[in-house]
Amino acid sequence: MTDVQHLLPCPEPVRFMDEAGTLVPGGPGELATERGYALPSDDDLLAVWRAMVLGRRFDSQATALTKQGRLAVYPSSRGQDACQVAPVLTLAEQDWFFPTYRDSMALVARGIDPVEVLTLLRGDWHCGYDPVATRTAPQCTPLATQSVHAAGAAYGMKRRGNGGVALCYIGDGATSEGDFHEALNFAAVFEAPAVFLVQNNGYAISVPLSKQSKAPALSYKGVGYGIRSEQVDGNDPAAVLAVTRAAMEHARAGDGPFLIEAHTYRLEAHTNADDATRYRTKEEVAQWQGRDPIVRLQRYLLDRGALDQARVDEVTAEGEALAADLRARMNLEPEVRPSELFEHVYSTPTPQLREQAHMVAAEEAQVMHG
Amino acid sequence: MSTTTFAQALNRALRDSLTDDPDVVVLGEDVGTLGGVFRITDGLTRDFGEERCFDTPLAEAGIAGFAVGMAMQGFRPVIEMQFDAFGFPAFEQVVSHIAKMRNRTRGRLTLPLVIRVPYAGGIGGVEHHCDSSEGYYAHTPGLHVVTPGTPADAYSLLREAIASPDPVVFMEPKVLYWSKAELDLPATTAPIGTAEVRREGSDVTLLTYGPQLPTALKAAEVAAAEEDWDVEVVDLRSIVPFDDETVMASVRKTGRCVVLAEAQGFAGVAGEVAARVSERCFHSLAAPVLRVSGLDIPYPPPKLEHSHLPGVDRVLDTIGRLQWDDEPDLTYAGGPGDRAEAR
Repeated sequence: MTDVQHLLPCPEPVRFMDEAGTLVPGGPGELATERGYALPSDDDLLAVWRAMVLGRRFDSQATALTKQGRLAVYPSSRGQDACQVAPVLTLAEQDWFFPTYRDSMALVARGIDPVEVLTLLRGDWHCGYDPVATRTAPQCTPLATQSVHAAGAAYGMKRRGNGGVALCYIGDGATSEGDFHEALNFAAVFEAPAVFLVQNNGYAISVPLSKQSKAPALSYKGVGYGIRSEQVDGNDPAAVLAVTRAAMEHARAGDGPFLIEAHTYRLEAHTNADDATRYRTKEEVAQWQGRDPIVRLQRYLLDRGALDQARVDEVTAEGEALAADLRARMNLEPEVRPSELFEHVYSTPTPQLREQAHMVAAEEAQVMHG
Repeated sequence: MSTTTFAQALNRALRDSLTDDPDVVVLGEDVGTLGGVFRITDGLTRDFGEERCFDTPLAEAGIAGFAVGMAMQGFRPVIEMQFDAFGFPAFEQVVSHIAKMRNRTRGRLTLPLVIRVPYAGGIGGVEHHCDSSEGYYAHTPGLHVVTPGTPADAYSLLREAIASPDPVVFMEPKVLYWSKAELDLPATTAPIGTAEVRREGSDVTLLTYGPQLPTALKAAEVAAAEEDWDVEVVDLRSIVPFDDETVMASVRKTGRCVVLAEAQGFAGVAGEVAARVSERCFHSLAAPVLRVSGLDIPYPPPKLEHSHLPGVDRVLDTIGRLQWDDEPDLTYAGGPGDRAEAR
């Protein structure tokens, strides 16, 4: 008989603490414990808490900037804060990160300059940060396409023998795309050190998961490819950190790829241009507001005495400073050069592009002098 | 000098690239043990090992996307799409990522990879095996689109494509795989982005590329022998970048131009070339630029492909319509549906 038990996720999402920040009696369960998901230390959780507080302040500032017309559009990840920051904090120096368009908070947690994170959405260029220097792929808009890149990059790192792991984010809707399946299959066949994290926030814009998939849970999709899989309470920062850490270690040890499904919820609409009241109820949103990952972890840490009000105030102030700096810099009109449109298409522009560059330059000159 | 087929030249180019650069990897469907369905990768796995030339799962988007990831880690992947139409599942990866990555990231992340596409017909292939897909790629900024017509170019252009810092779609005319030349390899021909005059002539310029190069040369021979037309044949070699200079110099010299391409003509490469010539050489032209292309139909079944493929006769017929006698071209006037008749 084929043994698939070790590939299957725990029957219930792995969870350490409840909505009130109280440890669940009996821990995350026997199977989860057997799999090595250990409650993270206070220090690790403090780091996650701080990154979430800063990330959420960044997120709310970005939403405000969009309302002021400074950003073309902004897809908020408010509510998904634990998924946004905890996995990113497990990345080692040589690891690569493959984010989607919703993962701006994750990029800030990755240490990328918030203004560079928002370049895409401000609209002065596509990707504002240096993907090579930050080992972070450009935020990906075409759904699931980045997951195949992550598989290839993971295999590339394996070939280089540098111990690197590729961490790939993906949404619940994107698991319906063919590229997601091809990525899991390639990663498995080539035993690539890749960790795929599905942030299942329940909706692909307006389409609920029930219309997306009949899988018992999205994490069950891993077994068909021979991939170790797990599901986790995505609003429990401790569980997200513990499971991601185990997954990263699994991949880094050469045991192949790992699929995580994090059950979470986006509290805001798909983007500022979306009206979420058309497809979900106030009651549902309120229910998830009660599961806020930041409130949850903060209570846990305060209750344990690992955190005090002074530190809360300190990090809140840090968030305000981040937001003020972001406002100040985003309120400056970015400089754009039409000539740059031609500079990066090829390493050497084609004669045809040179011609068009001359045309645009002449038009610009006319505007300036005419 | 030894007799070398087009396929052997490609194989040798892959070998020499694998030898010269440890970052070059060859991957795709059946490229390993089998050596490719056309044997272009014959013996590479045996001689260079599984690490350098390997089979992948059967999923073209996966192959292309996987190559993107490997290129991010400094590899130079050469991927095979096996057949033109089998490359279509990879289209999103090619258009949205491979073509755009350099631009999106302001040149910080480049993808030096080669997409080999055995393309076009004339081999009696059944549907989905004979498409001329170069137009889709040529319409996509960020890709180089190269198509050799001789074994020497097959070798040299592929070497150059693999060494290029930019992604190259390398279109291999299947019908030419078994064509031969007396050749010493390695050979270096003119670089990507340059067209070559394959036959000098003074009366008319015949612009072509890839699978139709032999048709063009044959038509030129017949034209000289039977019609006393001196046809200059220009092999484009590279669709992107396009060598306006060589093309326009030839047309300005001859004053007449026919564009020959196997792909369906509507909104295609031949139309773009004809437009460029008309825009740049208007005062040198004695007649409108005409196109000879495949029909605007899905690629036909093997027993009908002779009607679809531009042959020598259709080329000569078209050259004959270049207003040599200053009379309007009424060759096909008055046919069914003709407006004059309808009135």
